[in-house]
Formats: sequence, C-alpha cells, structure tokens
Amino acid sequence: MSRVFVPLVLAGMLLFAAAPLVVATAPVEQTMGLVQKIFYYHVPSAMLMFVSAFVCGIASAAYLFRRSAAADRVAVAAGELVVLFGLIVLVTGPLWARKAWGVWWEWDARLTSSLLLWMIFVAYLLVRRFGGPGSEKLAGAMALFGMANVPFVYVSVNYWRTLHPKTSVVMTLAPGMRATFWLCVAAFATVYVLLLTLRKRLEDRQAEVEQLYLAVED
Amino acid sequence: MKRTVLLIVLVALLPCAILAAQQAAPAGTVPADPTAPTTAGQPTTTRELPQDFVPVNAMPRQPEQLPAAPLLVGAYAFVWVALLVYVWLLWTRMTKLERELADLRRRAQTQ
Repeated sequence: MSRVFVPLVLAGMLLFAAAPLVVATAPVEQTMGLVQKIFYYHVPSAMLMFVSAFVCGIASAAYLFRRSAAADRVAVAAGELVVLFGLIVLVTGPLWARKAWGVWWEWDARLTSSLLLWMIFVAYLLVRRFGGPGSEKLAGAMALFGMANVPFVYVSVNYWRTLHPKTSVVMTLAPGMRATFWLCVAAFATVYVLLLTLRKRLEDRQAEVEQLYLAVED
Repeated sequence: MKRTVLLIVLVALLPCAILAAQQAAPAGTVPADPTAPTTAGQPTTTRELPQDFVPVNAMPRQPEQLPAAPLLVGAYAFVWVALLVYVWLLWTRMTKLERELADLRRRAQTQ
C-alpha cells in the first residue's frame, strides 16, 4: 500500500502544481475570453463528483446486500468527497456564469439537478453523523438514490433546454485546450484517489478505535 | 524503486510536453463553442417581462463590463483553499485518532 501511496502523493502534487501553469498557456477562447479557463477546474471537479457518487452508491449496495463493513467505510469516504467536489463545482460554476451569462445562477435543468445531487449527499452525511444507531442502512439507501440521479444530471443539458454548455463541448475541444483539459483531469483524479485512500484509512482507524473501546470495557 | 522514479519522471515530463506543444502551436484564438453564449457579460436568459411600467429619471446604464481576472483567480483560489482545508481536516482527525488508538492499546495491554 505504502509503495503505491508515496509515488501517488508525489505525482498528485506535481500534476496539481503544474496544472495552473499549463492552464495559463492554453489558448484563450474567442467569445468568453479569460473566464473560460475556469472550465479546466470546473469540469474535472464535476466528473469526480459523478465518479464519487458512483463509488459511494456501489459501496453502499455492497454494504446493504453483502453486509460488508469495509464497503461501508469506502461509501462514507466517497460520500464526503461528493460533497467536497460538488462544492467546488457549485462555486466555480457561478463564477464563470456571472461573466458568460450575466447572472450568478439560473434555475435551469443542469444547475438545479446538480444542486439536488449535492444536497442528497449532504443529507447522506448528516444522516450518518446524527442518525444514531442503524442509520448506516438508511444512508446507504440514500446513496443509491444519489447514484441513480447522476445519469439524469449528466444528460440534462442534452434533453432539456438549458443555458449550460452541452456534454459535447469536451469532445470538440481544440487541440491546445484538449491537452490542458486532460492534464487537469489527471491531476484531479490523482488527488481524488489520494483523498479517498486517506479518508478510508481514517474510517479504518475509527473502526479500530471502536473495537478497542469494546475490548477495554469487556 | 526504479519504477517509482520512472513514474515521477514521466509525470514531471507530461506538463512540460504539453507546454512545449502549446508553444509550438500557431498563435491565435480558437473558434468559439457553438453552445456558448453570444456576448460575454450580457445576460442571454429569457426572463419574465415586468408586468408593470416603472419610470426612471435617467437613461438606463449600459450593460456592465465585468473583468474576468478576479472571477478566474477567485475560482482557482477557491479550489486550492477547499482542497487544502480538507487535507488539513483529515490530518487533524487522523492525528487525534492515532493518539486515541495508542492510548487504548496501552490500556488494553495493562488490563
């Protein structure tokens, strides 16, 4: 584990430190200008929010149907990361929209469904934190609903009338923009794997502490 | 060890290669995304029209021209701050748990 972890930390730090430099040299978009560069952090964060929702949902399913405690610990870690990356998406998006659309927020399909997805996972964490004994199962079911929401959020820009750019924008990026974008995706993905590993380790330690408390009390 | 060093070198070279490719590419702007709004800084939303007429004494001001740099810097700064705060919180919680774990192990051994 540690043999992989240390290089991963170094790789994550390098990529994340290099990302702003690479973004600075990327071409400026004709219509939106400088503010378009928010895209390089906004979209990878959104991708990881979706990935994390899937990780949380699948791990919750493993916990609900197979009673795997380790899967439950992965689910908590991923749920927290949905909220973290969702927060980044919900803050960087309006900063872009203020310049591009003239408004901070618009209640259109993509923005509203993203906010709802984020709120489902905030609720997931609140249930886990304050729900008392047995709340893991209820939270697990919530995570499944959260995961089921992800495809709707993704296709919302293609099926409903919305101001938000469509999903095709990533595939039609110009070469200079494409390389920068995928470097940022790699940087965010590395950081995500690191954070998930660390958060899972924290849950493992917490479980160990709880077991030791029981052993000491016996 | 060799694989680790190789991985680090490759990761370090990747941004350099992208930077070099961008420097080598012909200068100029990139065609606009067809899905993007038409005019920066101007609302393109279809809003409800007001139901009554509100008189003003002066001509309405021109649409504001927002500078992009503060928004861009704000967005990037927020990402960095959010990630660093989260890592700091994880580290604090981990330190506390490690201390608690060491204390419990000591208590378990003495019993």
